[in-house]
Amino acid sequence: MLHIVNKSPLSSNALDSCLRVAQSGEILLIEDAVYGATGGSAYEEKLREAMGRFKVYVLQPDLEARGLADRLMDGVSPVDYSGFVELAANNKSCQSWL
Amino acid sequence: MSEMKKFMFVNRKAPYGTIYALESLEVVLITAAFDQDVSLAFLDDGVYQLKKGQQTKGIETKNFSPAYRALEGYDIEKLYVEKESLEARGIVEEDLLVDVTVLTRAEMGALMDEQDVVLSF
Repeated sequence: MLHIVNKSPLSSNALDSCLRVAQSGEILLIEDAVYGATGGSAYEEKLREAMGRFKVYVLQPDLEARGLADRLMDGVSPVDYSGFVELAANNKSCQSWL
Repeated sequence: MSEMKKFMFVNRKAPYGTIYALESLEVVLITAAFDQDVSLAFLDDGVYQLKKGQQTKGIETKNFSPAYRALEGYDIEKLYVEKESLEARGIVEEDLLVDVTVLTRAEMGALMDEQDVVLSF
């Protein structure tokens, strides 16, 4: 299953809820959720821990827009828009944590 | 001009996920015409507005971050950033695209207290 999160983990509990409820699968961080995948942030440890259970992706254009292309944490895979489509198509379902 | 008031714009939202940051900037630029004592505060995800290197071509959205550098030209020179918000996000002063004054949360609170008008975004 693909979990899509679009809110910054430092201003919303969407990513926390996702990590609490979902057990495994793939997580795609888009829009303001990309802030959660940046090194040096207070959320880094939590995401690193989650990477044991999930494969984590981040939407590269959203990362670039926010000036964070060089801050991506190790272990998080950047994808472009067609990668987003592929993830959605390859999973049997998607949950958007709005 | 009648009595000058202290205006503070409080920015707490990241730049592109919502419209708040852009709208705040628009209002700040309008306010510049009114010759008041204007300060801008950046806290929580608002500090992300000032991150260097924003490249918005990929999301087909206007990159409004260069406008923060133009504020000086409108005599808006009081930009305050909360230290704790920067730290939580792994961002340092050198990552920011303009010169700012970094304040602790207590100092930010005190500065907010001194204002006549506080506008929140």
